[in-house]
Parts: sequence; C-alpha cells; structure tokens
Amino acid sequence: MEQFFFYFISAIILIFSILTVVGRKILRVAVYLLFALIGIAALFFLMDYYFQGAVQLMIYAGGIIVLIIFSIMLTSNIDLKFERVSRKKSMASALLCGTGALITSWAILTFDFKPSGLPPLENSMRQLGFSLLGRGAGGYVLPFEVITILLLAAMVGAIVIAKKQKNE
Amino acid sequence: MLSEIPISHFLILSTLMFFIGVYGFLVRRNMVAILISTELILNSVNINMVAFNKFLYADKVDGQIFVLFNIAVAAAEAAVAIAIILNVYRRYASTDIDNINKLKH
Repeated sequence: MEQFFFYFISAIILIFSILTVVGRKILRVAVYLLFALIGIAALFFLMDYYFQGAVQLMIYAGGIIVLIIFSIMLTSNIDLKFERVSRKKSMASALLCGTGALITSWAILTFDFKPSGLPPLENSMRQLGFSLLGRGAGGYVLPFEVITILLLAAMVGAIVIAKKQKNE
Repeated sequence: MLSEIPISHFLILSTLMFFIGVYGFLVRRNMVAILISTELILNSVNINMVAFNKFLYADKVDGQIFVLFNIAVAAAEAAVAIAIILNVYRRYASTDIDNINKLKH
C-alpha cells in the first residue's frame, strides 16, 4: 500500500514539475509549482516525518507561493503568456539536462548504499528538538543561530532593495 | 511497507526533479519563472536528505535538521529575489532578462 502511494506521489510530483517548466501562462505555472510542493510534503508525511511535512506546507505552500503570486500580480499582466521557446534552445537544454540526469542516475544505481543497521529512533521529534538546540556532539545550535541572522539580514535587505529610491 | 522501496528510487525521483528545474532555469526568460525553477531545484534536494536519513541513518536526525535549514535558506532567497525583481521592474518596466543590460553599457 505504501509502495503504491509512493509511486503515485512521485508521478504527481514529476508531472507537475514538468508542467511548471513548460507551462506558458505565468499564474498557472505558479499553481503547478504549488502542487509539486504539496506532493513533496505528502512524501514527507508518508515517511513519518510529520514536522518536516508541516513546515513544508506552511512555508512553501503558505508563504513562498503567496509571495510569488503577489510578485506576478505586481510585475506582469495576469494573462501574460510566455513566448514560445525556440526549438534549438529547448533541444539543447533538454539534451544537457537529460545527459546530466542519466549520468547521475547511473551513479546512483551503481553505488552500493550501506545502511547503518542501527535501530530507528523511537521518539524522533523529541530527539530533533534536542539536537537542533544542542551544544554537545551532534548539536546544531550554531547553524541554528546563523540561520536566524541570515533571515534577519534577508528581511532587512529585501525591504531596502524593494523600497522606492528617492532620486527617481 | 516503505522499506521495500529501494533508496535509489527516491534518489532518482530527486534527480529527475532537479534536472527538470535546471531545464526551466535554462529556457525561461522571465525572472519570476526563473525563481520558480530555482524553488524546484531547492526542493528536490530535500527529498535526498530525507531519504538518506530514513534509509541509511535511521538512528540520527541530521538529515531532518538539514531539511529545515534548507527550507529556511530557500525562504530567505525567495524574499530577496522578489525584492530584486520588483526593483528591476520599477526601473525597466519589464521582468524579461533580455532587456536588463544596463551593466553592459
């Protein structure tokens, strides 16, 4: 049953990803991206990572998609259609990406992954919190604090860049 | 059972999504569409990290933590990118990257 759901969700993610890059109406492209992101959140839920799934839904589906749709509405006509990509360019890009995907898939399929074999964590959510704010071995409190500074800097930077300049 | 799926299927799903994002990045001319492709690329990496954590190191939480960091960085990137897009639109009245060549002249 879980196998069936995995392949079903994978198909949804791939179909909507492809639609995202070939769609020609900009608002529809944003909605296709929303479905691809929700598919990834479903994958997280399927693997029992509930916290990551919830964060994915909140930040991507709730935050970034709304931001993108607002920027679409601020910068372009809602009915804007992209001009058709020239055949030469799309073929060259597809060839490049296909080659890259083939090489990477070959590397994945020939590599021998060795599981650690240790028993899985009982209460992984609790362990996640301790590890995220832990200062000892395996603790991530320094990257956590650096991320908070990064978010603050991004917020200030976004406001400074997007506000109206005086001498225009 | 989920453990009956080989880990390579998760990784190949992530690879395909990554290269779909790269394709979009190469063929699009609109800045918002390029940003959308970047989001696809960033998200495909999260599948990788979660799969490694689930299948190879189920006794640790490092993969899950990196997913959270990745989402935070992606959010910061999207905010700054949209600010830049708005600024560019104000200056050129367009978000098409072919028109933006002021640094060149």
